[in-house]
Amino acid sequence: MALTGIQIFKLLPGTNCKKCGSPTCLAFAMNLASGKAELEKCPDVSDESREKLSAASAPPIRPVTVGYGDTAFKVGGETVQYRHEKTFFNPTAIGGLIEDTLSPGDIAAKVKRWQALQYNRVGLNLRPELAIVKGGANLAAAAKAVVDNSDLSVILYSEDAGALKAATEALAGKNPLIGPATVANYKDVAAVAVAAKVPVWLKAKDLDEVAVLTKGLNEAGVKDLVIDTGARTPKKVVQDSVALRRAALVAQNRDYGYGTITFPNEITDSLALQVAVAASLVAKYAGIVVLSDLDGAVVFPLLLQRLNIFTDPQRPMTQTEGIYPINDPDENSPVLVTTNFSLTYFIVSGEVEASRVPSWLLIKDSEGLSVLTAWAAGKFSGDDVGQFILKRSGIVDKIKHKSVIIPGYAAAISGDMEEELPGWKVAIGPREAAHLTKFLKEFKVE
Amino acid sequence: MAFQVSTIKYSGKINVTPLGAQKIELGGQAAFPFYDFEGSLPHKTKLALQIWDIDPGEGYSAPLAEAYKGALGDPGTWAKKAVEYGADIVCLCLKSTDPNDQNAGAAEAVAATQKVLDAVDVPVIVFGVDNKDKDIETLSAICEKFAGKNLIVGPITDKNYKQIGAQALAYGHTVIARSPIDVNLAKQLNILLMDLGIKADKILIDPNTGGLGYGMEYCYSVMERLQAAALLQADDKLQQPIINMLGEEIWKTKEANQKTEDVPTLGDQVSRGVLMEVTEAVSLLFAGTSLLVMSHPESLKIVRSFIDKETDGGDLKDEGFIKVPITPIA
Ligand code: SF4
Repeated sequence: MALTGIQIFKLLPGTNCKKCGSPTCLAFAMNLASGKAELEKCPDVSDESREKLSAASAPPIRPVTVGYGDTAFKVGGETVQYRHEKTFFNPTAIGGLIEDTLSPGDIAAKVKRWQALQYNRVGLNLRPELAIVKGGANLAAAAKAVVDNSDLSVILYSEDAGALKAATEALAGKNPLIGPATVANYKDVAAVAVAAKVPVWLKAKDLDEVAVLTKGLNEAGVKDLVIDTGARTPKKVVQDSVALRRAALVAQNRDYGYGTITFPNEITDSLALQVAVAASLVAKYAGIVVLSDLDGAVVFPLLLQRLNIFTDPQRPMTQTEGIYPINDPDENSPVLVTTNFSLTYFIVSGEVEASRVPSWLLIKDSEGLSVLTAWAAGKFSGDDVGQFILKRSGIVDKIKHKSVIIPGYAAAISGDMEEELPGWKVAIGPREAAHLTKFLKEFKVE
Repeated sequence: MAFQVSTIKYSGKINVTPLGAQKIELGGQAAFPFYDFEGSLPHKTKLALQIWDIDPGEGYSAPLAEAYKGALGDPGTWAKKAVEYGADIVCLCLKSTDPNDQNAGAAEAVAATQKVLDAVDVPVIVFGVDNKDKDIETLSAICEKFAGKNLIVGPITDKNYKQIGAQALAYGHTVIARSPIDVNLAKQLNILLMDLGIKADKILIDPNTGGLGYGMEYCYSVMERLQAAALLQADDKLQQPIINMLGEEIWKTKEANQKTEDVPTLGDQVSRGVLMEVTEAVSLLFAGTSLLVMSHPESLKIVRSFIDKETDGGDLKDEGFIKVPITPIA
């Protein structure tokens, strides 16, 4: 339960020694309560108080790191129910199922194919990051085949603690998430996890049992947990997910303060339906979604959705300032300039590409604003854009003509631009990117 | 002690809005989407399919052209096909009237609407080209010609609400109020429309849907905030059901139109487009939509099945949905 400033103040030394940088203990307590200070700054706080305070200031949903290398990810760590309240921090990890009955060769082929499912967008690499290795007798060999043939992180899935132990040892240093810990086996699974220092996922039969298991595993020394509530219908799995998020954030119940793993592949056999279920879970709080197989048609839509849902609403995504050649332009190809709002870039570059007209697209830093707002805010002014074209962009070395197309919404800057760019023709493009094809096909450079 | 989910108290609800002469009801939600453990949700989200008044020709997505083969170019036949595919509502897009393209006039728009109304017995949305003057011309004529049919006409913006709004009011139609991804602007437009005399239950909010990967998140959060205003703050200027024109946003993206062999890492083209549409539809369901206007019939089938199970509970069964082929990658 979060403490108030006054409650925190009562746990501080009360000497007002200022070593923390605050003028008084009370001021420091207030800063702690609002998250503006860290407890470490006070050197004199007693151990007993420290324990109470750190327990109270722990995040309501514990962030747990899973996996290794480029595909490592965090589950949990969320602080809100709706993304507009702040942001969602840790994107839902997407994984495919590997049964340990497959031959090592088949596993190798599969994970190599999964590894190729990577997409570059707004400077980010979108990809599924996981293989869920399920079985018993061959678990270690199958898990080994995954990491030997791909950089995918691994979740182990077996109720047999012995199999989990062998596979965890085979994945030394790869930080797999292991489970399921159930009421029947949790002590044994905990022992494996404590020895190897890896996180555990637990599978309950309902929300009551979730608390039994999180308490039991905590007592057995495992703090890094991920919850499977056991729900296997589309309605129940979403409602459980919402119930958990609220239990952690609204009721502040520590027993439920963990991220989740969900299994669309155990809800339906149809891969297409699994995508529908996974989409509901990306929107509604799942930490991990598991599909029966991975393919571009299946993961690409979910990766886009995840990108959208987990983008920080307070910080627009931007495209790097610079020159973007589209359709192999040459020195006589038209030049277009627009703002660095990522969506603007995407839509404009997509339309230019679709037009098949070879073109140079210039992206000018406008602090992530769209054309209309950038222009209104003075971040896309005539002087500024003119200077950028002439001096910073480097486009003059690539073309023989002196024409540039500006977005229709920024038509008002053309006069100032022409002053800045003597001898140039500043053409006013369409307002909507959808009309670019027609425009470019008819446009002549001068 | 048994686990108890923390619940929210809602103070408002979405207007029940009857569409068409058939009076198919939308809205009525008194809780966030699918949260039936804390409020009543009387109507499932309705699904429309979008059709064109003309043959879309070359630029049209191949998977859509395949799905509607034999129906393209005749809005009556196309509308029938949409209903056969399970659409609750048909959305006729007046593409021919685009001034940047064929620039057809009101007479053609009326004729196309007539064909659709003659062909099907479901509510009909008549959607313009989001051009202020052109939409005034065509939608005003359509409102008058089909008096009393309770068509759903749009998009109406702050630029042309007076003209089209007055016609819709006079002839008993429902309007789609489109504002640019902003809660306050949505509210302002609703107020303007209601000041004209249009009843609160004759308006749908169109938040200007962005495509998956192309700005969907803005629309998603605006919708969540609209829902919060309507249900938690009981703001009666924002209690209209939300409509999302999502199919078109999906199928115009580059990725929905790339051939399988050109980008094997993106998988089978048909499945990819369908699942992009499904993924956005499911996102918008959870953001609070009441009416999804989709393009591909397979997406509609999958989303329908999802809505049914997400609402009624029970297992999600494969009813012969598209089998996603696994695309080999060299
Ligand atoms: S360092 Fe600790 S004891 Fe000193 S003023 Fe800050 S909070 Fe108080």
